[in-house]
Amino acid sequence: MAREVKIYTTPTCPYCKIAKKFLDDNGIKYQEFNIVEDKAAREEMKNKCNSLAVPTICFDNEVLVGFNEAELRKKLGL
Amino acid sequence: MYELIIIGGGPAGMTAAVYAARKKLNTLLISYDIGGQGLTTWLVENYMGYQFIEGRELMQKFEEQVKQFSTDVKVEVGKRVERLSKADGGFEVRAESGETYKAKAVILATGKRPRQLNVPRENELLGRGVTYCAICDGPLFADAKVAVIGGGNSALEAADDMVKIADHVYLVSLTPLTGDQILIDKVKSASKLTIFLEYEVLEIKGESRVEAIKIRDLKSKQEKELNVGGVFVEIGLVPNSEPVKKLLTLNRLGEVEVNCGSETGVPGFFAAGDVTSVPDKQIVVAAGEGAKAALQAHRYLQRLSK
Repeated sequence: MAREVKIYTTPTCPYCKIAKKFLDDNGIKYQEFNIVEDKAAREEMKNKCNSLAVPTICFDNEVLVGFNEAELRKKLGL
Repeated sequence: MYELIIIGGGPAGMTAAVYAARKKLNTLLISYDIGGQGLTTWLVENYMGYQFIEGRELMQKFEEQVKQFSTDVKVEVGKRVERLSKADGGFEVRAESGETYKAKAVILATGKRPRQLNVPRENELLGRGVTYCAICDGPLFADAKVAVIGGGNSALEAADDMVKIADHVYLVSLTPLTGDQILIDKVKSASKLTIFLEYEVLEIKGESRVEAIKIRDLKSKQEKELNVGGVFVEIGLVPNSEPVKKLLTLNRLGEVEVNCGSETGVPGFFAAGDVTSVPDKQIVVAAGEGAKAALQAHRYLQRLSK
């Protein structure tokens, strides 16, 4: 079953771009939320993921704050 | 065994890789990321050939150039190096994940990272209001009260950016402001900003999120608590020189001392870029130093094989 991966980003964040490129390169489908424009997504990230930093990547019950390739690989089973 | 291992994938490391490949050295570039500090520079306006370019885009161009030489240069990303030590016939590089790699010569190009405050709750609240990347996380603190810590250009730029979107900005600096006068003037004239000069940060407070910081006047020793939702730490950088601290003596800033030929004093061990004692921390300087280190390593390897 395809898991639902969400990534919360800001347009000025270099690590968000690296994280998205990593997901693209590994064929992981995701939904992106630009939290500068999307206030509902910003609140969701703050409250549901308890995160105040981007990128925040959420799937299953996992919340990964920042881009850590090794950890992301492990959690995604890559 | 490789002929050369380059540790670090920023401007210095990637330039060294291209120069090493053109000398046909069997090379490994090992790094946590590709782009290093180049990635966190928003706009570069002083790299020759480009009037302006995003740091990330410039680093992509560096990476493409390294990839042209994939037969000679192997690239391992996502690995942090724990230790560099001498070994039979050269050096051993040990990654935090446990793998080891051997080479006859090594270039250290690991750059610098943001300096931490080292106060209580700083680590626990990282990503929960504490940030070292103002351009990344700034927009999250729209309409909040925030503190920017530091008195140099990065701190002043962060304060100037945040004044536009935050409810209020406190700028807390241990020293008088040291950044460019044009930025100091801008920040001093901002209406939603309070400056605390010669104050130290004692602790960050908050359970699951930042709620306040406690600061102290260096002279009067009077303490103050500021209610803030975000803390932007912009107090400079420290060199990523830990992997070599047993191999040689670092200077008082923790940097690797090099001579004008990128040599460290340990034969076969070279260093380049921001991790070294070369004074100007610029992309163009790091790239040039990377080139010098690779050429010097090539000469060393030639002498070795004679």
